[in-house]
Amino acid sequence: MAVATTDKDGAPEQGSGISISLGSLLLHGGILVAGIAAPLIWPAYTIQLSVLWLMIVFALTWDILGGQMGYNSLGNIFFFGAGMYVSAVVQIGLYHPVGEYTDSAGQGFYAFTEAQYFTGLAAGIAAAAVLSSLFAIIFGRIVFGLRGPYFAIGTLGVAIAAGELIGAWDWVGGGSGISMPPFPGDPDIGKYFFYAQNFLLAISVFIFCKWLYSTRFGLALNAIRDDEEKAEGMGIHTLRYKMVAWSIAAFFLGISGAIFGNMTGFIEPLEVAFPTVTFGIFMVLMVLLGGKGTIWGPIVGAVIFHVIKEVTWTYLLGWQWVALGALIVIIVVYFQEGVVGWLMRKKPEWFGIRVERKDDTPAEAAE
Amino acid sequence: MRHFTKWTLATVASVALVAASSNANAACEELVLGSAISLTGKYSTNGIHAQNGYEFAMKKINDAGGVKVGDKCYKLKVTYYDDESTPARGAQLAERLINQDKVQFMLGPYSSGLTKAIAPVTEKYKIPMVEAVGASRSLFNKGYKYMFAVLSTSEQYLASAIAAAAEIAKSQGREPSSIKIAMAFENDPFSLDVRAGVVEDAKKYAMKIVIDDKLPRDLSDMSATLTKVKALKPDLLMISGHSKGAATAARQIGEMKISVPMIALTHCEAANVTGKFPAAAEGFLCPTQWAETLTYKDPLFGSAANYNKEVKAALPAYKDKTIPYQMAQATAAVYVFSDALTRAGSLDRKKVRDALAATDMPTFYGHVKFHEAGNNIAKPMVLRQIQDGKYVVVAPSKYASHKIAWPRMAK
Amino acid sequence: MQILSNINILIEAPVFNLALLIEGLLIGSVFALAAYGLALVWGVMNVKNLAQGDFVIMGGYIAWYLGEHGIHPLFGVPVAFLILWCFGWLIYRTIIYRVIDKDLFTSLLATFGIALVISQLLNLLFSSDTQTADAGFESWFFFDGMVSIAQVKLIAFVCAALLAAGVITFMKNSRMGQAIRATAQDARAAKVLGIDTDKVYCFTFSLNAAICGAAGALIAMIWVIQPFYGITFSIRSFVIVTAAGFGNLPGVIAAGLGMGVLEQFGGFILGATFQQAIVVGLLVLVLVVRQMQQSRHRQVVQ
Repeated sequence: MAVATTDKDGAPEQGSGISISLGSLLLHGGILVAGIAAPLIWPAYTIQLSVLWLMIVFALTWDILGGQMGYNSLGNIFFFGAGMYVSAVVQIGLYHPVGEYTDSAGQGFYAFTEAQYFTGLAAGIAAAAVLSSLFAIIFGRIVFGLRGPYFAIGTLGVAIAAGELIGAWDWVGGGSGISMPPFPGDPDIGKYFFYAQNFLLAISVFIFCKWLYSTRFGLALNAIRDDEEKAEGMGIHTLRYKMVAWSIAAFFLGISGAIFGNMTGFIEPLEVAFPTVTFGIFMVLMVLLGGKGTIWGPIVGAVIFHVIKEVTWTYLLGWQWVALGALIVIIVVYFQEGVVGWLMRKKPEWFGIRVERKDDTPAEAAE
Repeated sequence: MRHFTKWTLATVASVALVAASSNANAACEELVLGSAISLTGKYSTNGIHAQNGYEFAMKKINDAGGVKVGDKCYKLKVTYYDDESTPARGAQLAERLINQDKVQFMLGPYSSGLTKAIAPVTEKYKIPMVEAVGASRSLFNKGYKYMFAVLSTSEQYLASAIAAAAEIAKSQGREPSSIKIAMAFENDPFSLDVRAGVVEDAKKYAMKIVIDDKLPRDLSDMSATLTKVKALKPDLLMISGHSKGAATAARQIGEMKISVPMIALTHCEAANVTGKFPAAAEGFLCPTQWAETLTYKDPLFGSAANYNKEVKAALPAYKDKTIPYQMAQATAAVYVFSDALTRAGSLDRKKVRDALAATDMPTFYGHVKFHEAGNNIAKPMVLRQIQDGKYVVVAPSKYASHKIAWPRMAK
Repeated sequence: MQILSNINILIEAPVFNLALLIEGLLIGSVFALAAYGLALVWGVMNVKNLAQGDFVIMGGYIAWYLGEHGIHPLFGVPVAFLILWCFGWLIYRTIIYRVIDKDLFTSLLATFGIALVISQLLNLLFSSDTQTADAGFESWFFFDGMVSIAQVKLIAFVCAALLAAGVITFMKNSRMGQAIRATAQDARAAKVLGIDTDKVYCFTFSLNAAICGAAGALIAMIWVIQPFYGITFSIRSFVIVTAAGFGNLPGVIAAGLGMGVLEQFGGFILGATFQQAIVVGLLVLVLVVRQMQQSRHRQVVQ
């Protein structure tokens, strides 16, 4: 945690420098160009790249609460699944009766015209975003009184219960899931279509978070993380801040769920929509790997994690989970501060942090 | 942990062996099929049965000289990925097989849920896929043109059990409508489709459904449901929940001495209930896609009984078990594929698809002829009963070798 | 509605209440055992062990393995206890000792990693078949067969009770038990008073693993096991401990038994579909109620 404090001291200074340095321009521009060019250069990897952007969205949205506000949620996956199901129901419900569409005995064939597909998708994504943030406000009232491990376990409970309950709800197909309306037209265009959505979403989340952390709102979140009681004493209405922050995360996660559901083509409650023990935990892990409470940490973590996962799944078949598990242990036990946290300690000037070097400063966070 | 090292060594050794043997005769070119299959997670028991079925078929076909396509010959090989029993992963892996590994033909994954996730992908890239273990009807009402299934659809699984119950009631002078049914089906696409078939059939006979429980996928305890069975005394108890469900049910039915006269459940063979719970499993009715006692035949594998014998000889793991039909149908899928490739005379995907659609061939697994929607309509499901620890065919009457034992004689 | 008619059965034939209650208590005892271990490591070392369920499954496979090799699986209980003890010691010495004193997520994620490794290694070693250790016991039947008690479940219950009693006495009376309790209350003070807290932590973690192993051996005899089942036991343990409060060891046992009973009645009345939703729903409810009490308390203090 010592690292996080140095970071916070530096953060406002970084924001106040209006002149954008050449380095950061190159960095951001480079990522933007790479993001657009990558699927054109490696068309075969488009889906993996799409998932990579999705992972970045996961990590960045988790960090809003986990890193900046100090509330470690294990249930953020709930909004992903909620968004997925909301959008599915909207997309189908606009044109067909949902109950019949999802009926496992149903023999009917339900077609969507091109116009129906795109209107449905747009409406579905919008509804997913709005309803997910609404859910965040509703559940926020319930769980935000919980602190520390109880908050983590309470949110986990909400996510697990949601998956089980959707699984028991026949109208949305229950455990049978829903086959989403297929993308009309050329599959290669469809691939880019979903890639573009994931890419744009990730970029929007990044820009939004960057802006958010430079505002008073961001500082208030940090204040809650550092000492909630004192923050309250300073006149910050903590509950309101917590709810807004969570609903921001939920907003983006809802959209990501809607996109992912359509990209996958088939959704069902336990494994696709509310995968608490995979995606739900990966979110946390990626942030931890990259470095909590920084803007670049979650991104770096997501990229490293995703690459490792894809590589082990290809070349270590059978041992992939062992490799992943061992990796997690190593990251968590020996690499506590994350990649970016480590860099920040070693090279603070890269992050625009001015350090008055006393001899003992860097050593302090070493162990 | 010493044991563990031994295993590792064994694995390494066997991998090396396989590699060596596949290098040995390289006269033919290699044709790579792709498959995402459950090697870990909830469905891995049957995922591995299916994988073994694929591998056995390929070995047999390759040993017999490979697949002749036009004037070339090909050795078959499959690139596998582990879909972790999750549909989202399955869909991504299908994309990867098609886009990165440039696979032109696919074999199906295990379970209806995974097939539902993968079929849209293969369909949009127009990759012919023969799937062996996805039976849900909802797969065949989507208008897929490139997906073919060698198996019968899931509503047929328990239909003959209901028909048998009705027949027995009649022979005892009772109305079939007096029959009370208890159902416990896992909450997953396959079992829910089986359930839908049961509900329709029950309606046909006006039977009464007194229990309709959906078992959560992680559940390892059915005693609450079974207590309800004791309370309501149904005439017919039906259970479906892949291998895990069958094992749990068999164990607890024995333990609680559930005395329902007829019990039907799916996946008896895959869960090896006769080996693990011989006393409780006595008298269970088990629907199967295939039985080694049936009289099907083909030139490559010989008769069903011969397939049975060869698998047991080749794979020691199956020596003391009844070969699960999941494995037989996986083998049949590869066989049908190789036949279609030969008939197409080219590796053109459209031609192969058309050849698959025109398939009309006998196999050791049963006759294969695809409906327009892709499902096999030429092969019936059979119902077997466990009598004296052996699986015997009891329905439909055309194939039956034994009479159904009623009431179930639990030991 | 099916729910109403299910309730009706329970009212008209009260004997089924008894059947569910007994079944629930017998199962709950094993849940309580695993949860008790979690409460120990959580309370003493502040480690939230997500690999709890996988320790249980490991114990289960040990009992099963013995059963397959002609040794009665009941011996699996002490054998699993011992093997898991050593395993727990190993895990502590290599991994856990580094995550104590770190924040919540460190231990949660590190043990999640351990859980992944264990479950996959079990899958590679024993294949993913659903297994059960056949202890070869019969069932007793009462009330015209309406209430059945599997002997093996009763044996499991007795084993669980003996083990729990043993652990509790040990904690109360032995030197090490006192050291553990002292460390749980105030680790620094304990250190100052000359207690080797590292040794205490190591002992506690090994003890927890051993308890889980024994619970797993019992699970393998009364239910079925599969390499990937661990997570459900982990979640159950967390629910029980959170509901009871981790400082409250008798509460954990009561909550474990209560959970077993609740699962049975919930599954009977609402249908098995909701059996798991009920458990997590209850967890959220308990947390919320506790939170409301706290906030009331806070207002009073103000």
